[in-house]
Amino acid sequence: MDRIPDNRAWWLVLPVFLLVAFSALIPLMTVVNYSVQDIFGPGQAYFVGTEWFREVLTDQRLQDSLLRQFLFSGAVLLIQIPLGIGVALLMPKSGIKGSLCLILVAIPLLIPWNVVGTIWQIFARGDIGLFGWGVNQLGVDYNYTGNTVDAWLTVLLMDVWHWTPLVALLCYSGLRAIPEAFYQAAEIDRASRWAVFRYIQLPRLKSVLVIAVLLRFMDSFMIYSEPFVLTGGGPGSSTTFLSQTLTTMAVGQFDLGRAAAFSLVYFLIVLLISWLFFTAITHADKDT
Amino acid sequence: MNRPARSKNVAIVVFIVLLLTPVYWLLNMSFKTNQEILGGLTLWPENFTLDNYVVIFTDPSWYSGYLNSMTYVSINVVITLLVALPAAYAFSRYRFLGDKHLFFWLLSNRMAPPAVFLLPFFQLYSSIGLFDTHIAVALAHCLFNVPLAVWILEGFMKGVPREYDEMAYIDGYSFPRFFVKVFLPMIRSGIGVTAFFVFMFSWVELLLARTLTAVDAQPIGAIMTRTIGASGIDWGVLAAAGVLTIIPGLLVIWFVRNHVAKGFALGRV
Repeated sequence: MDRIPDNRAWWLVLPVFLLVAFSALIPLMTVVNYSVQDIFGPGQAYFVGTEWFREVLTDQRLQDSLLRQFLFSGAVLLIQIPLGIGVALLMPKSGIKGSLCLILVAIPLLIPWNVVGTIWQIFARGDIGLFGWGVNQLGVDYNYTGNTVDAWLTVLLMDVWHWTPLVALLCYSGLRAIPEAFYQAAEIDRASRWAVFRYIQLPRLKSVLVIAVLLRFMDSFMIYSEPFVLTGGGPGSSTTFLSQTLTTMAVGQFDLGRAAAFSLVYFLIVLLISWLFFTAITHADKDT
Repeated sequence: MNRPARSKNVAIVVFIVLLLTPVYWLLNMSFKTNQEILGGLTLWPENFTLDNYVVIFTDPSWYSGYLNSMTYVSINVVITLLVALPAAYAFSRYRFLGDKHLFFWLLSNRMAPPAVFLLPFFQLYSSIGLFDTHIAVALAHCLFNVPLAVWILEGFMKGVPREYDEMAYIDGYSFPRFFVKVFLPMIRSGIGVTAFFVFMFSWVELLLARTLTAVDAQPIGAIMTRTIGASGIDWGVLAAAGVLTIIPGLLVIWFVRNHVAKGFALGRV
């Protein structure tokens, strides 16, 4: 649809602009301010230029947690997107069964993130948790608080459990928006199940999938509460992701300058990847 | 019923059962005494007890957490929808100076890791005297909810042909009257779906909510960390508190289920 050029539309976006400017620009400026100073106390700040940035970019601990973060987000997207589409295709199309599925599938999404951590902390324990106990009974030596691989798998499993429903829900809604006539046409052409998916459902799911991939990328990249409650970042620092490293630095050690510089680098990475993705999609749109 | 349809049903039932097992385990634990929980693995409560729930419903320091969370989430949903509706309309209908940049800038705030904003938010809200109030948390959550709401609503609004707008103006509707009486009812589903997502992301967020509150507006999630007492963790009460955090969300999804089932394609991004 063509949009009418009219600058008066600014009046309609002004409330959003002011609200977001208040809650984003002011804090962001504070962060920028911290990132170039060394602060010893109130009124005792010294301008240090780019020193914090140089330190942050060469900090081994941060590079490690950045690498872990990429591995985690990559794994999350690779598992959750296909699984979510699959679940959406399986869900009943309408009626009471459809509604029931919808509500049951949405349950993990509605649980506060720290409670998600608590649930899995209990569920995966070898002594009082069904999952941990079950895996141990199968003869696998499983202990998510002691073993790095187990901890990783548990955090990943928890995230798949927690967020696949979001992908499924978005895709389900996208699928419901496809007119019945498309399927009838496919039936007349005797299209295979795969052809229906590839040439009718998948193209029509594109816009919801963009939202799903972007949301999953952003949120997995900012993950904090769940692994914090579940493993506390351990064993060692094997499940310490970026947000936790940052929070420890800012609130735990009160290392303001370094934390602020780190914040900006962190934010820029998320922004850059999202922007690349966003432009790639919009360009692909123009071509077709 | 033919074979593929049946295997489809089996698959979805298996998925849902797997999905609900951890939740069942929490529910199961919430009805047990601590002795039973720590005594060994039981698949259902053998000494069924409601004591854990009684603790929560009779102790103000527990149930006030739920009230606090619900208060700031409601305020957040209202503020978000009020500002996002006109903005989404502007993005879906008009081209204006810097619209694309503004849209991406809005989205970029959805991408900002809350951890980045912890300290600045704390200082900002302390300095204007809003620390430990519901409104502070509601405003802070606008950071990620407003962009999301604009994003989702814009997609829905694009699905409404502009001819409706023009017809309403010809009929003599003023813009505000058209917007409220004609336009909003047409995108009811969109508002429902948006409200659901806004509610959800505000309800589940804890990092900001915990940082901006101390006593009076403390969310339930922060109160739950208190179960770790001198005698170790009170697992039963912790589980009961966890179960109760799921209830408000269930109510909300129940109200919007038909809107989600109706489907949305969400226009271009």
